[in-house]
Amino acid sequence: MIYLAAEHFVRAPQWTWYILGYFFFAGLTGGSYALATLLRLVGEPRDEAAARLGFYTSFVTLLICPVLLTTDLGASWWKFWHMLVDVTPGDQGLIFKYWSPMSVGVWALLIFGLFSAVSALESLALDRRDRGTVGDPGRPMGGVLGRAFNAVGAILALFIASYTGVLLSVSNQPVWSDTWLLGGLFLASGLSGSAALMALLSRYRPAAAFSLGRLHQADGYFSILELVLLVAFFLTIAAAGTAGRTVPFLPLWLLALVGIGSSLVEARGEMRIRPSGGSAAVARAGVDTLVVSVLVLLGVLALRAAVIFSAQQ
Amino acid sequence: MATTIKPGESYGFFTDTSICIGCKACEVACKEWNQLQGNEPKFLADSYDNTGQLDAQNWRHVKFIDDVPAQSTAAGNGTAFLMMSDVCKHCKHASCMEVCPTGAIIRTEFDTVFIQQDVCNGCRNCVAACPYSVIAINQSTGTAHKCTLCYDRLQGGLEPACAKACPTQSIQFGPLADLQKAADVRLAALHTQGISQAQLYGRDDKVYGGLNAFFLLMDKPETYGLPNAENAGLPSRNDLGGYIGALVTAVLGVIAGIVAFRRRGAP
Repeated sequence: MIYLAAEHFVRAPQWTWYILGYFFFAGLTGGSYALATLLRLVGEPRDEAAARLGFYTSFVTLLICPVLLTTDLGASWWKFWHMLVDVTPGDQGLIFKYWSPMSVGVWALLIFGLFSAVSALESLALDRRDRGTVGDPGRPMGGVLGRAFNAVGAILALFIASYTGVLLSVSNQPVWSDTWLLGGLFLASGLSGSAALMALLSRYRPAAAFSLGRLHQADGYFSILELVLLVAFFLTIAAAGTAGRTVPFLPLWLLALVGIGSSLVEARGEMRIRPSGGSAAVARAGVDTLVVSVLVLLGVLALRAAVIFSAQQ
Repeated sequence: MATTIKPGESYGFFTDTSICIGCKACEVACKEWNQLQGNEPKFLADSYDNTGQLDAQNWRHVKFIDDVPAQSTAAGNGTAFLMMSDVCKHCKHASCMEVCPTGAIIRTEFDTVFIQQDVCNGCRNCVAACPYSVIAINQSTGTAHKCTLCYDRLQGGLEPACAKACPTQSIQFGPLADLQKAADVRLAALHTQGISQAQLYGRDDKVYGGLNAFFLLMDKPETYGLPNAENAGLPSRNDLGGYIGALVTAVLGVIAGIVAFRRRGAP
């Protein structure tokens, strides 16, 4: 990079396990929603089952996020809402600072929560209709408006999956502030993890097996992107002279690489089932998908842990 | 120095490290006035400093920086510990204030930086941002703490406790303009005496727009654990680059998704 500070005399903020958990689930909730939207908007009609699975995944993983963030505040947990409302005497009102990723992120999470909840509820209604348990609810979210709703939600989702990396960079911490690539890296990793999680959960939703190969293919592309960004990340922190701080966490970096490698192997088609595959193929792919998905998700977690802890020694 | 303290005027500290004797009266006065209990006593086995660092219980910290050469030198020619009473710098462009998402960190009517305890929710974004390792979390209150520049004393027309207690006037309090003039005079005197390494830190706007608590140092800033002007960047310097990196990745990710999920016709 052009300017990056090599000297740091800062204190670590002690963002540890709760924040690690939040970064992990933020990547998954945002990534799942974005993939679900893409499946619905550009995929085959038979991809709809996987799209709804993505909306469910996004909503469930989203619910964990505010719990982790609030718990991380410790004794001040009950003041979590101060992120949204300035309670300064004489200066009360909503607070939004576009230059502070934490401030932007809280608002984005709140608004994205609405999109995620509505999309999950719509998926539930459509599933109940398809199972015949209720009458046709119509498509309140269908048509151009519905697609626009999903598209706006997906933009917010991509922001949620990426801003956590930008938040780290917008600090004065070693490693984090020495690169511009953490936002992109976390996004690519979150998309990859979301594809892996949706592939894993498709075991429990047979109709979504149609999209399994596509999810693996997408995961492969995201992993290539992640790998390129990871290399660029190391180059930037090496230029800033802080790459040495990552060495104690070599096992975590290796685990992240194993996750990336697993995605790439799966995407090469060696273990991939075809959309028209029969039950035997699905069963075989299920075991393979289970192993690969778990490795990818562990890699997503390990990457975030390695980044978080490298700065805070 | 007797100072009439008026709201609307800029106040600060000028800490002249060349006359600091490391007595720690400032640390004691700060704790006493601000009712800081202090941390559990620990022997750090590092010079005469067992305070260690600025944190939620230590808003003043006298640094003892080992500048003793390995070989002995002739009498009167040796160097010894550099001592510096460290404190929040009350930066004009404060990193902590920039990133604070709650609005808890404000600039007071005395142009100092202050954390409102009833507003702060302990997110620790300011801790990650402060380039001087000043702010820390008080675990019992769950909020961020640092030097207030004795905000309550200023409101009562009193100078800060540390400056009041300093026996050598290493810590001087007053209107910023007056302190800057005094610092210039002192620096010129030291240079006249041949002490060419003496320099002012934070006197001008090269470091975070200028520091309300600025220093006369006897070595380069890095020796004291202070970022030099080249390395003194605000967190927001990474906003644009960070978001552009994320945006480019998002575009590539969406293209990848479209390629993978696109309709391919009947198999």
